[in-house]
Amino acid sequence: MYWEKYYFAQSIEETLELLKHYEGDARIMAGGTDLMVQFKYNYLSAKVMVDIGRIKELNHIRQENGHVSIGATTTHTALATSPYLQKHFQVLASGVRTIGSPQIRNAGTIGGNVANAQPAADGSIALVALGATICGISPDGPFSRPIESTFLNPGECALNSTAELITSFTFPAPGPRDRSAFVRHSRRAALALPIMNMGLWLRLNEEEDGIEDARIAIGPMARVPFRAKKTEAFLRGAKLSEAVLDEAGELTFEEVSPRDSFRGSAAYKKELVRVYLKRAVLEAVGERSVGK
Amino acid sequence: MCTQNEIMFTAEAKESITFTLNNKEYTVPVVPGERLLDMLRNRLGLSGPKEGCGAGECGACTVIFNGINLNSCLIPAERADGAVITTIEGLSEGIEGDLDPVQQSFLDHGAVQCGYCTPGMVLSAKVFLDHNKSTPVTRPMIKEALSGNLCRCTGYQKIVDAVYACAPVKGDPEEEGEV
Repeated sequence: MYWEKYYFAQSIEETLELLKHYEGDARIMAGGTDLMVQFKYNYLSAKVMVDIGRIKELNHIRQENGHVSIGATTTHTALATSPYLQKHFQVLASGVRTIGSPQIRNAGTIGGNVANAQPAADGSIALVALGATICGISPDGPFSRPIESTFLNPGECALNSTAELITSFTFPAPGPRDRSAFVRHSRRAALALPIMNMGLWLRLNEEEDGIEDARIAIGPMARVPFRAKKTEAFLRGAKLSEAVLDEAGELTFEEVSPRDSFRGSAAYKKELVRVYLKRAVLEAVGERSVGK
Repeated sequence: MCTQNEIMFTAEAKESITFTLNNKEYTVPVVPGERLLDMLRNRLGLSGPKEGCGAGECGACTVIFNGINLNSCLIPAERADGAVITTIEGLSEGIEGDLDPVQQSFLDHGAVQCGYCTPGMVLSAKVFLDHNKSTPVTRPMIKEALSGNLCRCTGYQKIVDAVYACAPVKGDPEEEGEV
């Protein structure tokens, strides 16, 4: 038996009340694609499950007041097939498009992807690249903070899943010179963990021949999604050229320190980063806009 | 009288759940901690959904759940409440035992060997075809749609051919692509 009682919370308030009432014995269930596996292998047990899948306001993709808001229970399928995200936030739409399988993407949610705090979770990598804010509610009230503060260790999230709830992720509305891309290297194209994945967000300069601002998130390069800040700094103000991208790739190669793992050796992952940084920029800006 | 321990929430843990399964309505008592897959197989006698990996990787337990394909091994049975579910048993019911065109196509193309993955394959194919009634269908699209259903016998070619034959609008038959 996985749990004793199963509730469908009707609202965010009710979710908090249920969590409070059960004083740590209740767990939030969203898509269930990770939790159900953890139950199966006895990694987890809970007396009470609180299903948040029927709370309508947690499931949305909308632009409002200069921001984009993505509800915590929005499924990967909904994100990957959203024409709005495909047009303006390629890094997120194509990032979640390769998670698991169609069945997994139909059930799994972006909130769950983040809450599991895996250093190479495709959704987390994309949101870090977008500089997203995580919004939620705790017994003390609503909170919002940079998404990167959520990741503590592999599988360890700064949120208390028996008392707090993620409600949404927000990031700035798309600007006319904003570009993004998601690149991923895995053994197979489907149902495979990434050996390396990278989310890239860029803002071009006014002439659109150089980079004004950049954000780069890479997994699994550290215990949490890795920000390639040295490469970002180098790209800020740089002109787009093959030589600059080669140099940027070299910098990324130097600043990551992955470890050997079942996914691949550290040396291999470092080489991947060098190659894919360049590919990601080319994909984001289009090959033709890059000079020699 | 209100006390400190008053229960604030109005939600109730359900004692029974009601859902539509293969065009029939069912009401069954809740068994705490049960997966949808176990409810279907053990309590409702439907052996079409199989347990392969039990961890959401193989797709042998695939069912159509409110119009989309899901792995029933990852769905709490409670979640079936109010849902419309189709298993392989529901595809040919009500038409005098005639097979669904997708099932017939699997037979015609020799797309079945041991059969363990077949119910899930057919259901994922069914959802894909339902969502692409007017879109030109290509083999790479089929491969992506079936990428959550593993087959260890056929090498997939005949399965993809069987689904392609059922597409109402066919795209370039030669188009290839890695999935």
